Amino acid sequence: MLTPEEWGVVALSLKVGGVAVAAALPVAFALAWVLARVRFPGKLLLDGLVHLPLVVPPVVTGWLLLLAFAPEGPVGGWLERWFGASVLFRWSGAAIAAGVMALPLMVRAIRLSIEAVDRRLEDAAATLGATPRRVFLTVTLPLSLPGVIAGAVLGFARALGEFGATITFVSNVPGETETLPLAIYAALQIPGAEGQVLRLALVSVLLSLAALVASELIARRTGRGTHVL
Amino acid sequence: MSFDIAVTRRVGDGEIACRIAPADGLTVLFGPSGAGKTSVLNMVAGLLRPDAGHVRVGGETLFDAAAGVDLAVPARRAGYVFQEPRLFPHLRVSANLAYGARGERTGPLAPEEVVEFLGIGHLLDRWPRTLSGGEARRVAIGRALLSDPAFLLLDEPLSFLDRARREEIMAVIERLRDTVRLPILMVTHDRGEAERLASHIVEM
Repeated sequence: MLTPEEWGVVALSLKVGGVAVAAALPVAFALAWVLARVRFPGKLLLDGLVHLPLVVPPVVTGWLLLLAFAPEGPVGGWLERWFGASVLFRWSGAAIAAGVMALPLMVRAIRLSIEAVDRRLEDAAATLGATPRRVFLTVTLPLSLPGVIAGAVLGFARALGEFGATITFVSNVPGETETLPLAIYAALQIPGAEGQVLRLALVSVLLSLAALVASELIARRTGRGTHVL
Repeated sequence: MSFDIAVTRRVGDGEIACRIAPADGLTVLFGPSGAGKTSVLNMVAGLLRPDAGHVRVGGETLFDAAAGVDLAVPARRAGYVFQEPRLFPHLRVSANLAYGARGERTGPLAPEEVVEFLGIGHLLDRWPRTLSGGEARRVAIGRALLSDPAFLLLDEPLSFLDRARREEIMAVIERLRDTVRLPILMVTHDRGEAERLASHIVEM
């Protein structure tokens, strides 16, 4: 099967993808909620900014992240001063790149599910004495859960496949930033490494497929939330 | 214990205006579709803000434009039965019934009484989507009653029901009017319903 190095690549990919999605999910939900529910000037601009990583060449996104997180950059300088840490050439940097690239897909899926929540049910909950906070926790959130799960899985799959922004931002450091796509790309440069390419590609396909099937099963279990009106 | 309502609200080119003088029992708001009857219920519940006027129920001021009073929806304690049941689809019937019942306070009737009274004991474990129209409406009435309401708002509680179901729900409303003695404001466009149930009728 896989060599220890290849298992390491798989484990790193899962870690980077998992951390990226876990960190991006609350941000994605907040953005989705604001875009679905709040009217304010400049909303179109925010919508555009959120979707930018979807349409800008990934290498540009990676370069912008590099500018921001470099030791003399605005975010990098702050991290350096307060934590003495840098994310450059680190797995945490790879997770940031993956999270940024996954964010628009997550926001889209969650936004649709929030927009699909029947506001009249929220009104009904309020007349029954529920505070806005309780309405959110007991009605809005559970009813938008299928979209949140779909968004998380889509984001995870996107994070696993992240290549351009990652290699630009944190380079290809074996054992630190070398996720599946980067390892496959590296193996393609080596004559005679076709076996490794095949194995890693197969793992990529299986992981993506497993994520999609898992999301479908979870959605079916929570999917009793069809509206009755 | 009664409604004292005078509200106006501009809607497009027209205006919704409603005045209900204090009177005991069940007040029926009667009128053709589009007269703004549901909007009046929404203004009493706090879901829609009147441009001017006041809403008082049982001596308590819920809204008064001149005095700057506008109680939040949860604080108004309206037992609102909407035209469509609006049951929470992700909660079983039992959890729907319990949603507004918090702590000790469950309202003028105990949960067992309400379940008995509405004949919904056999539905408690069901999901809302599996209920018929009449069943869903009875659960919606039960949910409103168990939220310890100060008054009831019933929006066309008899629409889209067959004759047997209408008769059942009408009997329930008569019992609420005569035994529980909550102030009830009910909307209908059916003259027969209005005359049978109303203590007095307000035309819109």
